[in-house]
Amino acid sequence: MRYAMAIDTRKCVGCSDCVVACQTENNVPIGYCRDWVTETVDGSYPNVEIELRSERCNHCDNSPCVRCCPTGASHIVEGGVVLVTPHKCIGCGACIESCPYDARYSHPEGYVDKCTFCNHRITKGEKPACVAVCPTKCMYFGDLDDPNSEISNALKNRKHKVLAPEAGTNPHIFYLV
Amino acid sequence: MKEELFISGREIPNIDPYLHIWHWQIPIYLFLGGLAAGILFFAGLYTILGKEKEMQATVKWAPFIVPFALVLGLFMLFLDLKHKLYFWQLYTTIRLESPMGWGAWVLMIITPISLVWCASYIREVFPKWDWKFEFLRKFELWVIDNRKIVAWPMVIYAVILGIYTGILLSAFNARPLWNTAILGPLFLVSGMSTGVATIMWISKSHEERKILGRIDLLLIAIELFFITHMIMGALAGSQVMIQAAQLFLGGEFTVSFWAFVIVLGLIFPAILEILELYGYKIPIAITSFLILLGGLIFRFIMVEAGQLTRYLY
Ligand code: SF4
Ligand code: SF4
Repeated sequence: MRYAMAIDTRKCVGCSDCVVACQTENNVPIGYCRDWVTETVDGSYPNVEIELRSERCNHCDNSPCVRCCPTGASHIVEGGVVLVTPHKCIGCGACIESCPYDARYSHPEGYVDKCTFCNHRITKGEKPACVAVCPTKCMYFGDLDDPNSEISNALKNRKHKVLAPEAGTNPHIFYLV
Repeated sequence: MKEELFISGREIPNIDPYLHIWHWQIPIYLFLGGLAAGILFFAGLYTILGKEKEMQATVKWAPFIVPFALVLGLFMLFLDLKHKLYFWQLYTTIRLESPMGWGAWVLMIITPISLVWCASYIREVFPKWDWKFEFLRKFELWVIDNRKIVAWPMVIYAVILGIYTGILLSAFNARPLWNTAILGPLFLVSGMSTGVATIMWISKSHEERKILGRIDLLLIAIELFFITHMIMGALAGSQVMIQAAQLFLGGEFTVSFWAFVIVLGLIFPAILEILELYGYKIPIAITSFLILLGGLIFRFIMVEAGQLTRYLY
């Protein structure tokens, strides 16, 4: 099983509902978040193109954050989900430096926190909070190994990309373009 | 042609201004580690070469700084941690893939070695020293007779420690500036140079200083070569690497890097050392101080600048 997410940049309207849903679902402290929306403007007038992207931890296959963790607090569980165990984390910051996507942050309590793909929900067969709440239904979540899953179909039918592929981390968040 | 006009990066109030997670503690940690590695390397080397008589400061006096430097360094690492109460878990896990992890272990091994080394000289430095326990006394005598046996692991671990101070950064290829294998050797050589500068400062023997001055000149030359290599390498790399090199070539760190690290920290002391070799009297404190300061600033700049270089935003 390999969980992944595909996000349709043509459907996203940048409402940030995913951000708020995550903060509520995961009790993210005020002023922090595990996902965020960026806006890229490409081209020159009059041929401009705007791309909105909801971003978060990519749950990379080849995850430098897990490799560089001195205590094993950062680890990979079933389905390729990358998690942090707070009581094992010493807050050394190595994983924050190692992430090309800046997906991690230092929680005010000292340990490092980031997107969990809502592991507590997906193990029960539910969707991550951000996916469930998106008003334009622009996010697809599922198992890459299952050829009939929502995500496999989305990737089959649409052109897609990943962020910073040159960082070589093999990310699991895909953007449909 | 597609031109990226504008990216609104993230604006997460409590995260983005300082994703910058490493502050002053890490550069000092790296500096002290490099300094300790430099001193121990030459102390061990000259013992193995059987030159204890000529190189008194190198083998006998300077190593007394090392345990303090290492403990202070470890304390700096501790200060850097955000989840301090869980510190001990660094030492209940061995994860060789993690440079943070194996660095902490290398420190754990080399600190006792340096203590044993100092213990074997302590009665020459403090003639009144008394070991209280007979077995310590016996152990001391054994070490005094077998210094070469201690010197070998000391030299080897010193090299590992010196390289480690660079690898701690170069292991993170998410920060393009650090993403080069040259950082390991570069930090090793720079650490050795700061070690030699310290020994020269302590040494009272003219002969010893002369030998060390020559070694230091060589180290500075190698360092300049590695730095050139680092910048040229980045310029030949991908877009993000080029942007990283730009930080030193017109960007934010241009002045501090060239003025303080290259000129004041390397070239100027090298000139002073050359003048010294030609018989001019130069106060050694000036040369040594500049090298040490240059080394410290170099580490601050590398840690700061590296954290500015990213793949996104
Ligand atoms: S996006 Fe960053 S934090 Fe997430 S798995 Fe990849 S490297 Fe680790
Ligand atoms: S900050 Fe925590 S999770 Fe990250 S590398 Fe250090 S110990 Fe591991």
